[in-house]
Amino acid sequence: MVSLLLILISAVFVNNFVLARFLGICPFLGVSKKVETAIGMGMAVIFVMSVASVVTWFIQYFILNRFGLEYLQTIAFILVIASLVQLVEMIIQKTSPVLYQSLGIFLPLITTNCAVLGVAVLSIQKSYSFVEAVVFALGAGLGFTLAMVLFAGLRERIDLCPVPNSFRGTAIALVTAGLLSLAFMGFAGLVKG
Amino acid sequence: MLTAILCLGGIGLIAAATLGVAAKKFAVEVDPREAAVLEALPGANCGACGEPGCSGYAKGVADGRLAPNLCTPGGSATIEAIAAILGIEAVAAEPRVAVVLCQGDNEKATEKYRYLGMADCNAAQKLADGPKTCPGGCLGLGSCAAACPFDAIEMTASGLAVINRDKCTGCEKCVSVCPRQVIVMAPKASTTHVLCNSRDKGAQVRKYCQVGCIGCNICKKTVPEAYQIESFLARVEYEQDENAAAAIEKCPMKCIHDFSTGYPEGSRLGSKKAASGENAAA
Repeated sequence: MVSLLLILISAVFVNNFVLARFLGICPFLGVSKKVETAIGMGMAVIFVMSVASVVTWFIQYFILNRFGLEYLQTIAFILVIASLVQLVEMIIQKTSPVLYQSLGIFLPLITTNCAVLGVAVLSIQKSYSFVEAVVFALGAGLGFTLAMVLFAGLRERIDLCPVPNSFRGTAIALVTAGLLSLAFMGFAGLVKG
Repeated sequence: MLTAILCLGGIGLIAAATLGVAAKKFAVEVDPREAAVLEALPGANCGACGEPGCSGYAKGVADGRLAPNLCTPGGSATIEAIAAILGIEAVAAEPRVAVVLCQGDNEKATEKYRYLGMADCNAAQKLADGPKTCPGGCLGLGSCAAACPFDAIEMTASGLAVINRDKCTGCEKCVSVCPRQVIVMAPKASTTHVLCNSRDKGAQVRKYCQVGCIGCNICKKTVPEAYQIESFLARVEYEQDENAAAAIEKCPMKCIHDFSTGYPEGSRLGSKKAASGENAAA
């Protein structure tokens, strides 16, 4: 139980996927102009990461390991995650238009997101058990959401500030992201791993 | 080697089959008009219609929830295309143009200091809130003219931005670049404007500008429904401004201007009757 909690805290704060591992920078910069959309994107990422890590865990241990095909891990995971997200998108669109409204537009954006693939590959590398892998994916998703929402809040404030012309837009966003990452480095050493 | 091909191929095949079945089973009927409307829109996702993007607006239009004339960047061509798709009569959106609410060029308004820096209003504004004594007046360094993608802003010889109402498309680029919020959007049919942006008291305004609004209330007394005075500054109520021009002669500071009679003094546009097209619209 304690080890699960440690995995969770480690994934959210210490080894935050965006701010410490620098995975998933694309949606982090792209969909973080408003807090509202950042939350939507975060929810979609939590969802996809959890589902993807479940499926890839089974793929790894029941197919790849069994036939000695560990070297196909990356391509197999990309294939499975991409089709899985497409499938989930279709099901959500049909069954729950409300959920589709809030998550739908973000789902195609994260089909082959490196953060999602990173979760799947890392949980295999760390040889997590099934439950640990799920908790790890959940933590990674929560950490991603936390980073997104914090960053979107900062960007909303920056929009109201008199930023020099040469720094406007992506430039100041990148500087802010760097500072936020530095701030998250303060969590290093809280939990090992 | 063979197992690798079979395995990956198998995974791919299963995934493809599942997706294929799911696509049929979970197919959602989409209004074909929605796709057609989306095709007709400019696709800039600018949000001028109030929706998050073009797809949202297309959906709203197809549902009948939104009016087909909300896409300003697309202009009348887009509105007509949408109307044709929906099979309804096209109603053009009210065109809006930008107006520089200032007449105080370098001859009529005083300077706090002599600005010799780069020709950029935003840079000048950072230096002790700009070289003009008036806190709201046009700095005349042409940042708006540089930002205008349609070459619709003229800088007069004495340092004042004047917007060509025929060339202006209402994109609002100049509004966002101006550091003193002296440019506003107004209906093109409204040709009468109070060309002043100073919220100082009358006595102060008189000291630094020959054509500034002093908040004397005379225009409001002449045409009560057409004017609104706030913080010693008169503004035209654009919804009910039919008779606003009647107050022009009464204004002691001569800061009310009717663009249907030409552009403000000093503008090269002023000589030709460029604003005449608006009479018909009004």
